[in-house]
Amino acid sequence: MADAGMNRGSDRSAPLLWLLFAGGGTVSAMLLPVMVLVTGVAVPAGWMSESDLISLIRNPLTRLVLVGLVFFFLFHWAHRFRYALVDLGFTRLGRQAWLFYGTAVAVTVLAGLAAVRL
Amino acid sequence: MSDQTVLEVHRYLPDEDAEPRFQSYEVTYKEKWVVLDAMNHIKAEIDPTLSFRWSCRMGICGSCGMMVNGEPKLTCETFIRDYHPDTIKVEPLTHFPVVRDLVINMEDFMEKLPSVSPWLIPAEDEPLEDGEHQQTPAQVAQYQRFSMCINCMLCYSACPVYGLDSKFTGPAALALAQRYNLDSRDDGHGHRADAVTAHEGIWESTYVGECTQVCPKGVDPAGAIQMLKLSYALDWAKSLVMPRGGRT
Amino acid sequence: MSQELTRPLPRTWWLKKASYFLFMIRELTSLAVFAYALLLILALWTAGADASFSTFLNSPVSVWLHVVVLALALFHTGTWIALTPKVMVLWRDDERVEPDLIAGVTAILFLMVTGGVLWLTLA
Repeated sequence: MADAGMNRGSDRSAPLLWLLFAGGGTVSAMLLPVMVLVTGVAVPAGWMSESDLISLIRNPLTRLVLVGLVFFFLFHWAHRFRYALVDLGFTRLGRQAWLFYGTAVAVTVLAGLAAVRL
Repeated sequence: MSDQTVLEVHRYLPDEDAEPRFQSYEVTYKEKWVVLDAMNHIKAEIDPTLSFRWSCRMGICGSCGMMVNGEPKLTCETFIRDYHPDTIKVEPLTHFPVVRDLVINMEDFMEKLPSVSPWLIPAEDEPLEDGEHQQTPAQVAQYQRFSMCINCMLCYSACPVYGLDSKFTGPAALALAQRYNLDSRDDGHGHRADAVTAHEGIWESTYVGECTQVCPKGVDPAGAIQMLKLSYALDWAKSLVMPRGGRT
Repeated sequence: MSQELTRPLPRTWWLKKASYFLFMIRELTSLAVFAYALLLILALWTAGADASFSTFLNSPVSVWLHVVVLALALFHTGTWIALTPKVMVLWRDDERVEPDLIAGVTAILFLMVTGGVLWLTLA
């Protein structure tokens, strides 16, 4: 029977990782361009004063949101970059899932630590 | 003075050739000919040793898939006039082992296809006396596009994921899984879950989308795979909240 | 079968066709997302305690990095918007809701979010 020889069990971790990737992809697609405009154009061009930038970054709600964004950005990167490496032929490297998602977790923790450092 | 068409055709005779080679054939240019016509002319009039698959010659059997100038095509639907006067290079479908000349080994696809159970799996036993299934046009529309697959395997040739890893279930098989998942007569999406949600199933796809570009029947297998990812991911999320939760 | 010919895919497959190349660029936009996450952490870390963050933002290095990241971010946004109708298939009875309409609505949403954030931060 054609079915019998296939050693295919459901990949249990895949749905969560894909949802995080998709969530991160949507968040970054919607927000990354405007954020880059603010830090890359508005600030150097003087459309946003230094004091306004500082008070924005020091705002606790902003800090919470930024940590959330970092989390989503990193999990989007982790999943997509991992598979990009597989598609580029680096299969063994791509199989080290912990390397990519672990980095995402670690750097998110870093963001959290930075956020509470006030 | 009549125009000529030159075809550079991939040759590989396992009993004679250690390496594949190209053989050049010149045929009279015919405005109405497709590449398959030229191939059949070559076999009948020039070189009877040339081997290739074909059948219906009208784009429905899926037998005549080959690489034409590097693109996977049905040779019965690929017109010489669209390439003329350039040389036309004909090679076997990529990502499959070559048995001889333009004939590929399709065993892998023949295993992948049944692995996703592409047939109706009803919720309960349906004796003949109950009569026929009824479907509204809206219900048919849900899956119709994905039912157009002719198993020509052009999508497997276009897919770099399959090219890199032949364990990948592949576009056509997954699109057919979705065709049945979306059919109102079917209740098999749970049964198909293991095959579809294995790592070599939908999760290995990185949505290159090339399969959809080359499909001669407009199936959009890439779209089917994305729908499957969302569908099974949401199934998983629901199962966290409702252990005996229903389908998405 | 030992006499069958196998043709392994070369590592440079993605350089052979425009659509493959654009696919790989799309995947590598994830590096821009990663880079910007690091910038956000820098912002959180310095928290305006000194002038270092805004000094950095004013520097030519930062501006050029931002230009590159912006280009990649916009490519990611564009491809993501185009992808939305493939994942979100909606039906009105037996007619499929036009994919371009879904993409268009997503694009408008993006413009509204962009405008909203600009207003929030600059006004």
